[in-house]
Amino acid sequence: MRPMFKIGVIGGRETVVGFKALGLDTFPVESLEEAKATLRKMTDAGDPSYAIIYVEENLAAGLQSEINRWKDSPTPAIILIPGREGSIGLGQSALKAAVERAIGTNLLGDD
Amino acid sequence: MAKAAVIPTRMELKKLKGRLQTARRGHKLLKDKRDELMRQFMDIIRLNKELRTKVEQGLTDAFGSLQVASSIMSPEMLEQALLYPRQSVELDMTFKNIMSVNVPQYKFQTQNTDPSEIYPYGFAQTSGELDDALDNMARVFQDMLELAQIEKTMQLLAEEIEKTRRRVNALEYVMIPELETNIKYITMKLAENENSTKVRLLKVKDMVLQDAHHYQQ
Repeated sequence: MRPMFKIGVIGGRETVVGFKALGLDTFPVESLEEAKATLRKMTDAGDPSYAIIYVEENLAAGLQSEINRWKDSPTPAIILIPGREGSIGLGQSALKAAVERAIGTNLLGDD
Repeated sequence: MAKAAVIPTRMELKKLKGRLQTARRGHKLLKDKRDELMRQFMDIIRLNKELRTKVEQGLTDAFGSLQVASSIMSPEMLEQALLYPRQSVELDMTFKNIMSVNVPQYKFQTQNTDPSEIYPYGFAQTSGELDDALDNMARVFQDMLELAQIEKTMQLLAEEIEKTRRRVNALEYVMIPELETNIKYITMKLAENENSTKVRLLKVKDMVLQDAHHYQQ
């Protein structure tokens, strides 16, 4: 049987608490440094490795370099999710960045 | 520009012609690859955009209902209710090959298949709003998983398209023109050599005739 992978969530305490009930591995963090350390620990070759890591948007702004490191490898997928306060548009801008990277110009417009 | 390093010989010419042909074929193939990747990428972008909007909306709703639940219950109670999840999720990952890009496909398995089992607490001391919140959460999670798959696919395709685009451009604007100028240079040089040989021969012939017969043209 193939090894199973895990799904992790990094975010503020209130954000992650709901995901815990779904059976995901949650990592409540208080600060950016903590988030960075957690993300690094999760991505650096843990044995039951994480295939998907959801990161709260307002943390992700400070984690760009860590996130970009994994952009081109098949695992893990680091996906931004809006936090409690609602979306701040970082997830959408990641989409735009990918389009710009592939095509060289932004086709989606600025909506 | 013709590089000075090119030696104008027939062997070199033959070699360059072969390389030009390979480069042309590679260019055509890569261009086709780029176009197909681009087509798939466009579909994925559209899907991704829809899904992201859906997930963001769904999560906002879920957080909203969780907020309601937490305002009714004390934070300690809430924490306690969710402390030990009864559900656990495992992810099965396979890879799909899109134009030689390996993209992950996720399939998740929950240990408890009964959907009513997502509530890790007894109903006596918790509010109904918490049930709603978890319900919302479970629903949006399906979309989140799909979003993860699509978004990763998008990132990997974007990288591949970028690479392919660069290769196509390098072939089209650097490799092929360079090979062409080199070939032209060698052909011209060879023709020139041939000419000068011919002229030299004519001259020699004249000189020989002059010597032998005092023959004047």
